[in-house]
Amino acid sequence: MLYHDVLIVGGGLAGLRAAVGLCDKYDVGLISKVHPVRSHSIAAQGGINAALANHPDARDDTPEKHAFDTIKGSDYLADQHAVEIMCYEAPKIVYEMEHWGCPFSRFPDGSIAQRPFGGAGYPRTCYSADITGHVLLNTLFERSVERGVRIYPEFVVVTLVVKDGRCHGVVAIDQIRGQLVSISARATLFATGGYGRIYYYSTNSLTNTGSGIGIAYKAGVPLKDMEFVQFHPTSIIGTNILITEGARGEGGYLINKNGERFMQRYAPKAMELAPRDIVSRSIATEIEEGRGFESELGSYVHLDLRHLGREKILERLPGIRSICLDFLGIDPILEPIPVMPAQHYSMGGIDTNERCQTDLEGFYAAGECACVSVHGANRLGGNSLLEAIVFGKLGAIAIDDDLKKTNGKPDSLEVEKAKKKVEEKIYRLGSHKGEKPFRILDDLRKTMSTYVGIFRTKEGLEEGLNRIMELKKRAEHMGVTSPNLFMNYELISALELEYMIDICHLITLGALLREESRGAHFRRDFPMRDDRKWLKHTMARIGKNGEPEISYKDVVITKYEPTERKY
Amino acid sequence: MKGDIYTFKILRYDSTIPDKGPEFQSYRVRVIPGLTVLTVLNRIRDEIDGTLAFRSSCRSAVCGSCAMVINGKIDLACRTQVAQFGTREIILEPLPNLEVIKDLVVDMTPFWKMYEKVRPYLIRKSPDPEKESYQSEEDRKRIDQFVNCILCACCYGACPVLSRDPEYLGPAALAKLERFISDSRDERPMRELEFINTDKGVWGCDMVMRCIDACPKGVRPTDSIVSLRKRLLKYKIFGKEKK
Repeated sequence: MLYHDVLIVGGGLAGLRAAVGLCDKYDVGLISKVHPVRSHSIAAQGGINAALANHPDARDDTPEKHAFDTIKGSDYLADQHAVEIMCYEAPKIVYEMEHWGCPFSRFPDGSIAQRPFGGAGYPRTCYSADITGHVLLNTLFERSVERGVRIYPEFVVVTLVVKDGRCHGVVAIDQIRGQLVSISARATLFATGGYGRIYYYSTNSLTNTGSGIGIAYKAGVPLKDMEFVQFHPTSIIGTNILITEGARGEGGYLINKNGERFMQRYAPKAMELAPRDIVSRSIATEIEEGRGFESELGSYVHLDLRHLGREKILERLPGIRSICLDFLGIDPILEPIPVMPAQHYSMGGIDTNERCQTDLEGFYAAGECACVSVHGANRLGGNSLLEAIVFGKLGAIAIDDDLKKTNGKPDSLEVEKAKKKVEEKIYRLGSHKGEKPFRILDDLRKTMSTYVGIFRTKEGLEEGLNRIMELKKRAEHMGVTSPNLFMNYELISALELEYMIDICHLITLGALLREESRGAHFRRDFPMRDDRKWLKHTMARIGKNGEPEISYKDVVITKYEPTERKY
Repeated sequence: MKGDIYTFKILRYDSTIPDKGPEFQSYRVRVIPGLTVLTVLNRIRDEIDGTLAFRSSCRSAVCGSCAMVINGKIDLACRTQVAQFGTREIILEPLPNLEVIKDLVVDMTPFWKMYEKVRPYLIRKSPDPEKESYQSEEDRKRIDQFVNCILCACCYGACPVLSRDPEYLGPAALAKLERFISDSRDERPMRELEFINTDKGVWGCDMVMRCIDACPKGVRPTDSIVSLRKRLLKYKIFGKEKK
């Protein structure tokens, strides 16, 4: 039985920034499924947006312009007050990271270097070559070491404990000691990341199951805008490892099998630097209409960097080159890279306000698992690292404010009770010979990539939904080799699978109900945006019988009137 | 079905059952070209043996989770192609110099302890400027290779000094220290380096450069040790502060 004033779940950028913001004042514990430096934030490549105006072509850039680009990029589904808060915080956050030691790349004058990115009016993306996530995560982890943040690595949260409309803590598996642990806390913040691994084709780490989002949903916390799933235009074929938007920011071309720079047809002005939803649909259309290349690993187009030259590739995109050499046996200095779109980011998530508060007292969320919403229907590249750090910081401030106002103690008996229930569940999973989780998961991923992908239709989504319901039934009868809690990864996947199926259900249902096309949600049968009917957030809450209840919430508009989105 | 049958021999051990020593277990798997060791490990755990333990996350050689010994060579399982060895037998063992928790999962606690010892964060005495601290492109380049370290502990496992002296700081921690000391923004005083002026610090290194061979990210920890030795000598002899 553990107690902390504040419990943070997740050791990526959002979780670490929140912990660093609170640890001088409160007893903070941070639990993480993997060691913090293994978190998925590490994999971010291209950069973090902030209107620093360091680039010679961006001297008149401002946070307001950053906010406008973000709102337009979101296809007007983002809550504009939240976007403004994030974009005004952005320069402060980037300077803070720099002061804490983050090794950004530099311009010749010694200022932080900035590069062009998709959907942005100015070169505004601060970077460190193509390992920006790596340097930011290391910087925040280093700061957490300096401040002495208490970290529990390889703890997997299984359930959130709620009683009388208040969160009292969590039950987690300590994998290394092989124990179930109940942890009570006055405030609990989830920074558990996205759900990429519910898709067959995803750029995400294997650990990105989205179970944090599912755990919150099961505990009665509403989720928002789940149907908005970002597909990144450029992942390498086979493994779907990400090739940063920075590759196009530095001047890379997308080429079809006829040798055309096909973005001319879809976004004649922005070309390869149109927002991700548009570029992904363009690539998918080229492939569908027979202008892609075919291979055993799937259809693809070329991302050609050769004209950038050896020196620029080695200096600005060295990580991309290693990925191509290690995983494709291709040197992008000499050959074009075969790429295809793949699931990349979860715009939707746990419904929070701009202070990371949720509907449940004492429970907060920040980063990719949360939906504020600052990304609306489509996130701009360079805004996810920003969101994670900004809202980690703001979440810490909100928790501090809230804890100052009350001195309520969590109900630790309730947390113990919840632990008993989890024990029984785990015993059941490990003591009967049911279907193995991986088979169900495999079918789930294929279902999502086939029916709930870049292009959607009523028939396809209905078929997807039927299949997900069947998988839900199969999952009720699954079993694992052993109920032992010690380093039992198979057990963890079985526990997470239940939450993954719920997430798939909500994405598909939200997509079926939303009869319009907006940002990353594209309905072939409703190809236009419909502001009159659909300028609103989808809210999903678990009902009494366990079925989702869907409602809608207005989008916050401050001063940017929704207009047609052209690039 | 395409692909060749491979035998994966994996060293199994469970620290909760210490009486039962480590032993190899064989798994026969059909492997199509292009598969990595990590992909096969995941298939073995999913389809054959749910009790197999190994760490993994990013599967793209950036998170540092899956360091192990593969056919005698230390590397990340995710970036190692099964076909590259030219044999149908792949032997997997846990990273050396660290206690095994289960199968291919080792206890990284000593590694992190050494990392924390070097104060692995930027130390400034000057007040923070309103905007960024300026750093020339040249100064930024100086720390490049050490910034690339992903803390996977491949070098820690390969280090012959650590295998006989677990008190030695080791290549990763020393490379991290050099990453900060050579950063133009860092202002830690040189006298702070006294703790590495021992045979548990920079003078412990044998200079056999196994760490350089083992690093999957092209970092050269030995370079950092040489540089730290020079800094120490300059400070000791001439009282020279860094830079």
